[in-house]
Amino acid sequence: MTRFSAWSVFWNGLTNQMGWKPQWRTPELKADYDVVIVGGGLHGLATAYYLAKNHGISKIAVLEKGWLGGGNAGRNTTIVRSNYVMPGNREFYERSLKLWENLSFDLNYNVMFSQRGHVTLLHSPEAIDAAARRYNTMRLTGSDAEIWSLEELKRNIPHLNYAADARFPIFGAAVQRRAGTARHDAVVWGYARAADKRGVEIIQNCEVLGVTRENGHITRLETSRGNVGVKKVGFAVAGNTSLLWEMAGLGTLPIESHILQAFVTEPVKPLLDQVLVFGVGGANFYMSQSDKGGLVFGGDIDWYKSYAQRGNLPIVQDVAECALSIMPCLGRVRLLRHWGGVVDMSMDGSHFICKTPLDNLYLNAGWNYGGFKASPGSGWYFSDLIANDRPHSDIVNHDLKRFERGHTIDERGAGPDPKLHG
Amino acid sequence: MIRIPCPFCGERDHSEFHYGGDGSITYPALDAPTEDWLNAVYQRKNIRGVQIETWHHVNGCRMWLLVERDTITHEIHLVRAAHDGVDGVLKGRT
Ligand SMILES: Cc1cc2nc3c(=O)[nH]c(=O)nc-3n(C[C@H](O)[C@H](O)[C@H](O)COP(=O)(O)OP(=O)(O)OC[C@H]3O[C@@H](n4cnc5c(N)ncnc54)[C@H](O)[C@@H]3O)c2cc1C
Ligand SMILES: [Zn+2]
Repeated sequence: MTRFSAWSVFWNGLTNQMGWKPQWRTPELKADYDVVIVGGGLHGLATAYYLAKNHGISKIAVLEKGWLGGGNAGRNTTIVRSNYVMPGNREFYERSLKLWENLSFDLNYNVMFSQRGHVTLLHSPEAIDAAARRYNTMRLTGSDAEIWSLEELKRNIPHLNYAADARFPIFGAAVQRRAGTARHDAVVWGYARAADKRGVEIIQNCEVLGVTRENGHITRLETSRGNVGVKKVGFAVAGNTSLLWEMAGLGTLPIESHILQAFVTEPVKPLLDQVLVFGVGGANFYMSQSDKGGLVFGGDIDWYKSYAQRGNLPIVQDVAECALSIMPCLGRVRLLRHWGGVVDMSMDGSHFICKTPLDNLYLNAGWNYGGFKASPGSGWYFSDLIANDRPHSDIVNHDLKRFERGHTIDERGAGPDPKLHG
Repeated sequence: MIRIPCPFCGERDHSEFHYGGDGSITYPALDAPTEDWLNAVYQRKNIRGVQIETWHHVNGCRMWLLVERDTITHEIHLVRAAHDGVDGVLKGRT
């Protein structure tokens, strides 16, 4: 496959763009593989890429029941940040952010990573104190973090609702400048292309329907394209994790599937340079402006469990109200589209990258709202786990037994109720 | 909007209700082994299909309800009061 370069863009410009080839192959499913990753979202593709690149494993297949990026990978609001502070999460998300910073170069694919800054509005002096504690933790552990005074915030984003009689007056903001957004589809395609180039076989329209076990060991997977023998298996199926888990005969998980929606407005001229977050009393709202000009909104999950990839109306109203309360100038902007994705909400809001009761099955799940930013880190740590059959020291507590040990990793302090972990 | 037929108030938008969660959980005795508590608090069936769940009619009669709902289609199959006592009263009335 040809590498992208300024020259290839220039040359194809001169030759009617006729020189581009498909970016990855469409292989048939083979009889067996060393590693089979179930799920062709970002986590599955990134894992396959790092398995080949960092660990030299060559017989790898990624099985995707639909098309690449048809799941949450292509449905998210593309926010990337590392402002997590719980031990384990801190190291994990910081590594992921560092991988993002070099990703376009590493993949030879422009993922349009834009470090435009992530600004969380704060609405009381106490909120500033709490944010200062979190953001100081970040500074002490190799990240960037700032607290903006009201004056500084006004200088940077002049058109927010600064009215003193607002229901929630703005007092300041917590800022991570290295955070931002990326083009989600490009990340999917970039990982797929780079993995394929290293020999990974990506099989689309291939649904895993059954798991055959012998003595605590998976011997093969039954798929809609026939059976496949496996040495090692990784599940990376986000909202469908419980279904695969049951297929493997493993019972229940500390995970519930919920619906999270995203929204985009008609395009407008450049209006917002940063990612903006507004949240009071647990409610959650965030927005950014895409390169096409649309304002991208996200809010809370729909509150009830759901496997339907579409959301409901109360959240549309919620999100619109939040948008207007912080940026009243949006009053006449119309929403163009909204859609939903099935997210794997865990019992403490943190993820699982871990071994399982079966000796050659590995689990990657529990991404809640936050698995887009996690993608490079997730692929990096999960491939390390699969290749070496032991967790990296940063993620030893991201296993299924942490609840048994009383070691929950609960950033929000919301307790064991998945719908509360935004 | 999902429409939930509250046995006390009639059919209402789901935005009048607060979602509780998995209604199939029975909490073990206080002195039950830790494992039973672990399962009740942390492990979920996460059914794709019809499941039983709790909803609280906060902006209505304020009763807790047990609702059978399909997690793919959101079709509601059965609604009854979550407390046996109240359910009994309802049944006696009909
Ligand atoms: C509306 C929305 C907004 C979000 N916003 C953000 C954000 O701003 N920032 C952020 O960090 N995160 C965000 N997220 C979360 C993030 O998108 C997810 O956590 C992440 O994409 C999940 O990992 P994935 O890409 O591998 O999942 P998916 O893309 O869902 O991949 C899983 C794949 O597995 C496949 N699969 C399932 N079952 C089978 C089977 N039996 N056989 C074969 N294949 C199967 C599915 O078809 C799917 O393609 C958001 C999510 C949603 C829904
Ligand atoms: Zn009622």
